[in-house]
Amino acid sequence: MFGAIVKRLGQMLFVMVGISVLVFLIFFATPGADPASRIAGRNASPETLEAVRKDFGFDRPLYVQYGLLMERLFITQDLTSFVNRGWKVVPAVFDVAPVTLSLVTGAAILWVIGGVVIGLVAAATRGSILDRTLMMLGLIGVSMPVYWLGEVMNLITQSRFHDAWVFAWVPPLGYKALTEDPGGWFLTLVIPWVTLATLYMGLYGRVLRANLVEAGQEDYIRTARAKGLSETRILVRHALRTSLITIVTLFGLDFGALVGGAALLTEVVFGLQGIGKLTYDSLRNFDLPVIMATVMYASFFVVIANAAVDVVYVVLDPRIRKA
Amino acid sequence: MLQVRNLKVSFRTEHGPVRAVDDVSFDVNEREIVGVVGESGSGKTISLLSVMGLINDPNAVIEGSIVYKGRELLGLPQRELRHVRGKEIAMIFQDPMTSLTPVYTIGWQIAEQVLTHNAVSKRAARQRAIELLTAVGIPSPESAVDRYPHQLSGGMRQRAVIAMALSCNPSLLIADEPTTALDVTVQAQILELIQKLRRDFGSAVVLITHDMGVVAEVADRVQVMYAGRIVERGSKRDLFKNPRHPYTWGLLDSIPPLDGPRPHRLKSIRGMPPSLLALPKGCAFGPRCRYQFDKCGEQPALAGSDGHDTACFLSPEARAAAWSQRLLGTKAAS
Repeated sequence: MFGAIVKRLGQMLFVMVGISVLVFLIFFATPGADPASRIAGRNASPETLEAVRKDFGFDRPLYVQYGLLMERLFITQDLTSFVNRGWKVVPAVFDVAPVTLSLVTGAAILWVIGGVVIGLVAAATRGSILDRTLMMLGLIGVSMPVYWLGEVMNLITQSRFHDAWVFAWVPPLGYKALTEDPGGWFLTLVIPWVTLATLYMGLYGRVLRANLVEAGQEDYIRTARAKGLSETRILVRHALRTSLITIVTLFGLDFGALVGGAALLTEVVFGLQGIGKLTYDSLRNFDLPVIMATVMYASFFVVIANAAVDVVYVVLDPRIRKA
Repeated sequence: MLQVRNLKVSFRTEHGPVRAVDDVSFDVNEREIVGVVGESGSGKTISLLSVMGLINDPNAVIEGSIVYKGRELLGLPQRELRHVRGKEIAMIFQDPMTSLTPVYTIGWQIAEQVLTHNAVSKRAARQRAIELLTAVGIPSPESAVDRYPHQLSGGMRQRAVIAMALSCNPSLLIADEPTTALDVTVQAQILELIQKLRRDFGSAVVLITHDMGVVAEVADRVQVMYAGRIVERGSKRDLFKNPRHPYTWGLLDSIPPLDGPRPHRLKSIRGMPPSLLALPKGCAFGPRCRYQFDKCGEQPALAGSDGHDTACFLSPEARAAAWSQRLLGTKAAS
């Protein structure tokens, strides 16, 4: 058991190192362009270029450069952006992380509860109008791009109907920290939560319904019925429990990816300064240190999420446990 | 105790109605073991599934009467049927590998059935589960109760399923091919267990099977089904010593002989069971029957004397002639 954990940690580390090497090579070792000018940004003076070259040791062999970069990123944590001079990258990443975390966690609660309820109701009333309506709504939810839906929500809540009492409470775009202003924090995030959750709610509802219907054909459900159990109990205790495995796996991966920065479109649309927005800005400005940091941050979360999902999978499905 | 009268089950399909069970009537008395024999498609499973109300297909049309302890079961709303299922009448199915929910322990699943029908504490239910596992012969029941289905072998799983079915002391246990998915030695143990159950729990058993050997082992009475109808019915003794229907003869003949010289070819009934969409006019077995004659174009009724019924137009004389011919034929062939 302990050996398995160590082995798993080793694998995770290997993946993350691999990603860091790949990113490094893409940005620093691609032949043709001068990495120094890319780091320094556009319109850099020759002195800056020279300073960058010396700093990053572009005259040194590649592996030394890599080592230096990793050191600045992880150990000394004094990697600074060259677009916003002197702005320390690593603390910046940790500063904006709570925004993304707030956005994603709230949306996750919404979409998990919503998705499970939709899936259960649709499976229980299989074939009825309610079932078909729910699946149709789910399909629409999945199909609406989040940036479009977000802008539409903004249009409705911020401009067109802002004065009507329904949406008067919606504050201007932006984020208020939970510790400073809990009420404001909540209000600024409600619309983004709903927007982000819609897509996933539709997806999870449809997936769960399919899984439940499939589980309903299994022999053990027939046995459960022969035992005299109520249909509700059969659905929730027997069918849902076995279908949960797929949902949890999906959730772990989605959540991990979103926290790592995949919610960037939502953040941009709603003006939330989260990891996604940071990544987006740094890509637009070609701010290599920041890109490096956000990529490592994202990959860390995806790797952690994968590992967590594997653990939960073992807990949920006894067939996988070894003795 | 259980009286099924004129049960008809058909399914609406795009090709027309399929008569899976065609006017079947039978009784099950207390503490007796009734064997129901037939090929796949003979209607044996469907008729018993409809007793439990377990046919979920919206295209199914079920008619007739199923009276259990004086109460009509057909047409009862699900809410009420649920009180009968698992408590008065229990059913176990063919494949123990997939009959149990994989994510709960067997103790939990047995306790679930106990708790559904009885107002007892969880601890009492667990105790009962251990008692039941002991009764069905599972070793170390105190630890077995916390095992998951995939941790048990096929035979053990089937025992657990039987234990679960008996947890509320049902008066009737319907066993749908309980030994088909198990190997022969395990099969013998399970059959022994079923006989013991009748003794210890006092339940009647309906044993559905396609294996005449199983029936010979445990049944008191036997009914043979073909294409949705009962073609012969009687006590085990009557059926094996003095079978009357040509289909039964075919079934008995097809059992490989244990003694005598080894035959060159195993005997089988020629032809194939009819498609339920296109049943032949008259006796459904007619086209495959060696003794078919012109009267067989009409549907024979199930009739007979002293508890031994058959659905065949052969007169007793013709039957006796065919029987001796068959015996001679057996001797000649070997």
